[in-house]
Amino acid sequence: MIAPFVIIAILVGFTTILCTYRAVFGPGTLNRIVAANVIGTKAIVLLILVGYIIERPHFIDIALMYAVISFIGTIMIAKYLERGDLCSR
Amino acid sequence: MLTIDILTPDPLSTLINILATIMMAMGGFFMIVGSVGLLKFPDFYTRLHATGKCDTMGQILIIVGCMIYQGFDFITVKLFFVSAFYIFAGPAATHALMKAAYFTGLKVWKKGDPKM
Amino acid sequence: MTETTGKTGNGKAVSILLTFIIAFTLWMLFSYWNKYLLGHYDPFRLARGIIVAVIIALTMHQLLIPGRGEKVLVKLRRWCLYALWELWQIALAAVDVAMRVLGIRPVNPRLIEFETTLRSDLALTTFGDSITLTPGTITINIEPERGKYLVHAIDQGPADALTVDQTMQKKVGYVFMEE
Repeated sequence: MIAPFVIIAILVGFTTILCTYRAVFGPGTLNRIVAANVIGTKAIVLLILVGYIIERPHFIDIALMYAVISFIGTIMIAKYLERGDLCSR
Repeated sequence: MLTIDILTPDPLSTLINILATIMMAMGGFFMIVGSVGLLKFPDFYTRLHATGKCDTMGQILIIVGCMIYQGFDFITVKLFFVSAFYIFAGPAATHALMKAAYFTGLKVWKKGDPKM
Repeated sequence: MTETTGKTGNGKAVSILLTFIIAFTLWMLFSYWNKYLLGHYDPFRLARGIIVAVIIALTMHQLLIPGRGEKVLVKLRRWCLYALWELWQIALAAVDVAMRVLGIRPVNPRLIEFETTLRSDLALTTFGDSITLTPGTITINIEPERGKYLVHAIDQGPADALTVDQTMQKKVGYVFMEE
């Protein structure tokens, strides 16, 4: 039952390589931020699948923390680009 | 719990395996479509449509497939919270990026313009 | 920033009780449990859970249920039914975007602007989130004084479903009692 996990993990890894084209060549800053966000989302899925492949399901805690941190990072960058500073006074 | 005993198969565990594989295959298909949309669409706003909806849905389907495979266990609760967090956080991040782009002055693409 | 009159009477007790139940359930779910859910408890762990849940409920009940807390349970029940309809819309949205990527339907983006009758914070946020999860539209800006939404739509079909049919405005107005 390990075979489907390996196939799906290779598929998700291949789509990550597709996303790096937009991270390198995207015209402007915002396209690169979207590509970084998408790669962060796929990293969480890859963490969970690798945890199932090597039969140690303790990576799920790391995935949960990384989801929260990446979401906060995206919102911080969007707020900084819109206003020019982070804390409004 | 994570390996299946091949010598004595029972029909319930085979059905669970097939259901989990179908869910994960659908999730993989949506992730591929989301990434191809990120490369193919002509404008920043339409690319956010592709990733904000398809990417989130593909991830939720893969995690639901893992939850079905695991059964009713402690790990299922944690997986459920990861997927529930993404249903709320995905659209919020998409909206924040789109608002930043609009108020910085990025132009909206209409049909007939050159690709940007 | 929003209402500053304190809650009196019935609303405050309901919100404290609801926050306490949610916090205690999350504590019990995240500590270690065996296959049969009642394996390994000792009263020391339960006592710590109750103390933490009481502290959270007493200090933060106004974050979870803002406003004066009138008719909270009715709104909660209607909101759960609305969330189930919303999950079906997420599935439809992913299928719609897949068809536009593969070239079966055209891509023809435009901007829309309209007004609603919703005024409270939670109702505006729920409606904005629902627009992002519906096939073909994403929220750009919300003005809370007049309930005005600026929306980017990917074709004329989803744009018409939002401004002409107005199914979602009626549903959200029904859940939050049409504020």
